Amino acid sequence: MTQLKGLIGFLLVAAVVSLGSAGPVFSRSEAFKENIFPVGQLKPTDSKLKVKVGGKAPGFALPSVAGEKVSLSQFLGEKNVVLSFVPAAWTPVCSDQWPGYNIIQGLFEEHNAILLGITVDNIPTLYSWTNQMGRLWFPVLSDFFPHGAVAARYGVLRTDGTSERALFVIDKKGIIRYIDVHDINQRPRLEVLMGELAKLEK
Amino acid sequence: MKIPLAFTWGLALILILGIVPPTPAAAAGPPTAGEPFPTIFLPIPKDADEKNYLGLTGSGAFKITQVKAQAVLIEVFSMYCPFCQKDAPGINELFQAIEKDPELKGRIKILGIGAGNSAYEVGVYKKTYNVPFPLIPDERLALHKALGETRTPYFILVRLDQGGTGVVTYSELAGFKGVESFLEILRKTAGI
Repeated sequence: MTQLKGLIGFLLVAAVVSLGSAGPVFSRSEAFKENIFPVGQLKPTDSKLKVKVGGKAPGFALPSVAGEKVSLSQFLGEKNVVLSFVPAAWTPVCSDQWPGYNIIQGLFEEHNAILLGITVDNIPTLYSWTNQMGRLWFPVLSDFFPHGAVAARYGVLRTDGTSERALFVIDKKGIIRYIDVHDINQRPRLEVLMGELAKLEK
Repeated sequence: MKIPLAFTWGLALILILGIVPPTPAAAAGPPTAGEPFPTIFLPIPKDADEKNYLGLTGSGAFKITQVKAQAVLIEVFSMYCPFCQKDAPGINELFQAIEKDPELKGRIKILGIGAGNSAYEVGVYKKTYNVPFPLIPDERLALHKALGETRTPYFILVRLDQGGTGVVTYSELAGFKGVESFLEILRKTAGI
């Protein structure tokens, strides 16, 4: 019996190993050519969350690349909101995340949701970076000055001044319904986010 | 119950070899023209039309050399890649042009490998761009690694020779520059 248990254990381990592991390397789009700074493997998370699911989402008003100021409160009672914090412009996984969201405006609209992209970079940097992604349908907000203030309020500002790769789903009442402070080295799976949006009232 | 040790580990080995296709090691770079195409195992599509297009039956894994064609164009893409998105309508046109050309229809098949994309993400890309050819998810990047961790979009044309071997005849990053010019490249390099 002990040997049978050993055999089962060995098979499980072998099966897992054979499936490989999702490494930090993501497909690198030629759209960015050689302009992506190689950050290497980073500490998966490096901050302490200050908000929780079920709590009220801290308000903010940030300048957008398009020129206007965007506040969380303007969507109250109107739309569900997804905040997508990404660590920094011109870095590997970040450059691979929003272009995907850019082709699924319809999926967000199905859930009466708006996406707000946020980084701690300044507007000129964000302008230049997001231009490489094509014309984005969602607002891209700069949390540059005071540096990372919104990220800090949510508890996703890392010790090096970048932010976590984090998703917050906020319902029309301004209540946080889902938080994913993701491993900074990995891109969150789209189906998980869409599954969370599907749980919300439109 | 007493089971001989040799039998236990022997059974383990047989089961593993039987149920798990060998995983190719990470390549130093993408395969170049003239090289044999690496042996990689792709999941057989569940969709009947896709399976039929590739000339495959059953379930499990398949090798590129099992595709019913004289040449297979592989596009390594990602749902998250802006250039792949930009190229998508053009690659669809290329597919249609091949299907309408009696000299090429059935001889050149196209398939996409979604590097780092889950089945859901590949499905979103397929639906967004109405992609008419099979797209294979490569969520854990095993295929992407075996193909040299290329940037995207990357195009590889594999000529399928009699005897079940595949030879790379074209291998280019962002190689799509329009239907006509790309068709000409495919014709020339595949010898069709």
